Amino acid sequence: MDEAGRPRPESGLELYAWMFMRVSGVVLLFLALGHLLIMHIIHNVDNIDFQFVARRYATPFWRTYDLVMLWLALIHGLNGIRTLVGDYVRPKGWQVATLASLYVFGFILLALGSLTIMTFQP
Amino acid sequence: MVKFRDYLTYRGGPGHWSWVLHRVTGVGVFLFLLVHIVDIALVGWGPAVFNKLLFLYRYPPFRVGEVMLAGAVLYHALNGLRICIIDFWPEATVIQRKLVYAVGVTFVVVFIPAAVYMLSAILK
Repeated sequence: MDEAGRPRPESGLELYAWMFMRVSGVVLLFLALGHLLIMHIIHNVDNIDFQFVARRYATPFWRTYDLVMLWLALIHGLNGIRTLVGDYVRPKGWQVATLASLYVFGFILLALGSLTIMTFQP
Repeated sequence: MVKFRDYLTYRGGPGHWSWVLHRVTGVGVFLFLLVHIVDIALVGWGPAVFNKLLFLYRYPPFRVGEVMLAGAVLYHALNGLRICIIDFWPEATVIQRKLVYAVGVTFVVVFIPAAVYMLSAILK
């Protein structure tokens, strides 16, 4: 047994999903820990408010940063939950129903988050 | 079907616990991400609504939750890196146990000062 994570799938969509988890994970290590450092240690909830967001979103850099982080984190998380559903939800019907609601819910949140970042007007 | 008790009694050593923690922290961070997308969406309703909501996050119980969230992200990131190392460099399997301990040590060294700093900000 050579793998620490899920055994590497042979090919197809499952291989892409397996690879995506690792690549997005490494990118998120920098993006999410950077986000925590900036927004929760250097700054914190005492000095973050609407004006702070307005100044931060005046340039496209932080919007792009947040948008990339949102997409990678949400899809990484959704795929992780998909793995858990495969492991813990055994009856086929329940599995399909759980996954369908997961994808619908995920799509709505991805759209909501993207709209928030892209349409923000100070 | 694996029962909840099996997770506690299965003697898989440190690798088993890394696996359990990776799943638990992953689900925790995912659930917070869902809440976080919705709370930040309120920024679209203007300063009055947004500033009122963020006030909630300044209450001490939320600050403690914030520290736990940071810990979950940090652990999941470090352990994920360990998974990548083993998966892409199978030669590293010979030091797999050392890697598990390295994750633990790095976590403690980074998390403890960060947690103390974050919690001390509440008292200011």
